[in-house]
Amino acid sequence: MTRPASHILAVAALAVAIPGGVLAWSDQPVKPDAEHPQVPVGYEEDGQYFTEDGIPTYQIDDDGTVDWLTFSGFRRYHAECHVCHGPDGEGSTYAPKIKNSAVNMDYYDFYDVVVNGRQNGNSVMPHFGDNPNVMCYLNDIYVYLKARGMDAVPRGRPPQKDAKSDTIAEMENACMG
Amino acid sequence: MKRLTLLTSGLALVAGMAAANDDLITQMDNADQWAIQTGDYKNQRYSELDQINAENVGDLQVAWTFSTGVLRGHEGSPLVIGDTMYLHTPFPNIVYALDLANDGKIKWKYEPQQDPDVIPVMCCDTVNRGVAYADGKIFLHQADTTVVALNAESGEVMWEVVNGDPSKGETNTATVLPVKDKVIVGISGGEFGVRGSVTAYDMNTGEQVWRAYSMGPDEDILVDPENTTHLGEPVGENSGTNTWEGDQWMIGGGTTWGWYSADMDENLFYYGTGNPSTWNPSQRPGDNRWSMTVMARDIDTGMAKWFYQMTPHDEWDYDGVNEMILTEQEIDGEERKLLTHFDRNGLAYTMDRVSGELLVAEKYDPAVNWTTGVDMDPESDTYGRPAVVAQYSTEQQGEDVNTTGICPAALGTKDQQPAAYSPKTETFYVPTNHVCMDYEPFRVSYTAGQPYVGATLAMYPAPDSHGGMGNFIAWDNINGEIKWSIPEQFSVWSGALATAGDVVFYGTLEGYLKAVHAETGDELYRFKTPSGIIGNVMTYMHEGKQHIGILSGVGGWAGIGLAAGLTNPNDGLGAVGGYAALSDYTALGGQLTVFTLPD
Repeated sequence: MTRPASHILAVAALAVAIPGGVLAWSDQPVKPDAEHPQVPVGYEEDGQYFTEDGIPTYQIDDDGTVDWLTFSGFRRYHAECHVCHGPDGEGSTYAPKIKNSAVNMDYYDFYDVVVNGRQNGNSVMPHFGDNPNVMCYLNDIYVYLKARGMDAVPRGRPPQKDAKSDTIAEMENACMG
Repeated sequence: MKRLTLLTSGLALVAGMAAANDDLITQMDNADQWAIQTGDYKNQRYSELDQINAENVGDLQVAWTFSTGVLRGHEGSPLVIGDTMYLHTPFPNIVYALDLANDGKIKWKYEPQQDPDVIPVMCCDTVNRGVAYADGKIFLHQADTTVVALNAESGEVMWEVVNGDPSKGETNTATVLPVKDKVIVGISGGEFGVRGSVTAYDMNTGEQVWRAYSMGPDEDILVDPENTTHLGEPVGENSGTNTWEGDQWMIGGGTTWGWYSADMDENLFYYGTGNPSTWNPSQRPGDNRWSMTVMARDIDTGMAKWFYQMTPHDEWDYDGVNEMILTEQEIDGEERKLLTHFDRNGLAYTMDRVSGELLVAEKYDPAVNWTTGVDMDPESDTYGRPAVVAQYSTEQQGEDVNTTGICPAALGTKDQQPAAYSPKTETFYVPTNHVCMDYEPFRVSYTAGQPYVGATLAMYPAPDSHGGMGNFIAWDNINGEIKWSIPEQFSVWSGALATAGDVVFYGTLEGYLKAVHAETGDELYRFKTPSGIIGNVMTYMHEGKQHIGILSGVGGWAGIGLAAGLTNPNDGLGAVGGYAALSDYTALGGQLTVFTLPD
């Protein structure tokens, strides 16, 4: 697929995702085969992976080993987010399949919604900007959900993971206080 | 000192207005009505009506339906008083009064104005377990913790009072207990570090009479250190703080969002407290009293008579809030006043409700594995404590370790969906979950109004069983045994109803209303309603005909975990997708369906 086409797809999906992002059991499908510039790894820095544009992303080895942030995102997601968005980002009767939102939405928009929340009638995404349990792990949660949306990791707990790098541990401690 | 004065004036008030609420007792005694969510003060959910019975229930037909106009999870049930049905919805908590004498025409509708900011601080959907009635008033306890008394005839607001602060995560999902001249209410928010409490308001004015916290100083938790007992022993001073580290009790959880029962002769009411916050047990050493506790308190003063902590130092989120069902039965040749409770932790307790003595504690799902059982020896140092299996102890396995294969899962062998009891068969009919979990606790920090969870969970159907996620069981509370068990594909998240017609009713998450034989469990009838059922079955008589009513509208905890299906990470890739997704069976909808026999 050509880049412009995928761009249009992404925009269309976003248009659905924002007003309709609150629809329960709604599915804003992701085509993993399409081109997703926010996905491929451009470079690695102390155990964290980024795209060419510096957007956090996941790294999965052929044997299924996931990078630390993807694993950590799995853990944090299932503590903070799954009571609305369901196990493995699969959605619930009242909150969307956020695994797809992580692919369909721009990283900065995704970040903004988590920090500030948003509302559409009686569907409300809370704001987590002052919650260190979410904010200190937002990149972790984002890359995990993006990997889920792209079907790069299966449902459930990732079986193998990279070790936590010293840099990641330092950042975590500094953030959690 | 200030609190003492408040208590004293509360007492004076009581003396002046005693027994103002004989009205509700009269209404509940009339089997033609469904006057309280729990069927009666004993929470038996049993009806004397027998026009619909085991012989003819197979002929049941839909009489009429009503759409609530709301799509979220519909728990609880309607009430019927006289010719009027009172029906509630999930957030925004609309109340409809339907005129049964006029084909269900809407007599009045009340829709409160609530700040939608309360929605995201409600753990697990915006459910509400229904309105209550007494003295010509309908009591609604809204999501935002506003308790409102409406004129039952007109829907006009008579008084309003705010019980909690949603900006700190304090919300409400429960119904209220109208008893004597009080309305007794609980609170939700255990996953937000809320300190649970029970509060009594004056039924006529909405003025606060007393409040009893689940943990904290003695004057906060309304105990008498000498006379309030735990398994027969005085609780002693500071029992609500001395099993907590520092001031952790201030965000200790132990919320009170379940069902309440009452014994008017003993002047006691009964309820259970929820999990201690957080879900990471290593972060809160100690027994965390009085979370996870059965409580018996004086209706007039709130003073505790006895406690029993079922799960000291919870490591699995096994809230103790499920209903306390009161019965009079013979045990060891002696007629006793009993309390039976099916806890989330997978144990069914039978207690003497006057003294708080523990009589029976047995597993009501054979899959339960976190404990080998409760120490029943009164001479033992660990009397009344469950023996925890190290392999399934998330405390002993430790932080950042994934403890696998724990049964039941956090949602418990049973959640709030209430069981029924038939005095005719002396049997309890219990909707259950058959789900296990992996649980990994880790460090979290507390922020007011934000989730305070601290564990990752994966849930899946109980391994090496029938593959389904639920059972509907018949339970013998004297011998602590299952009589029969009906396997269900999904958790049974609907409250049961037992009747004198030897029929037991319950709903399923696929949307079936089912009727089974009270003796054998044989299925006698099923009908698929428009959406999954998490509401409770009720019955009433109108114009000489018995009716059965049930709310459909999938959601709640069940709508989260089961919507997309559960997977077992331990089964490997092959099994993924092998389990049923609820979304393959039903979609959202809020509807009341009413059944009756053909003419």
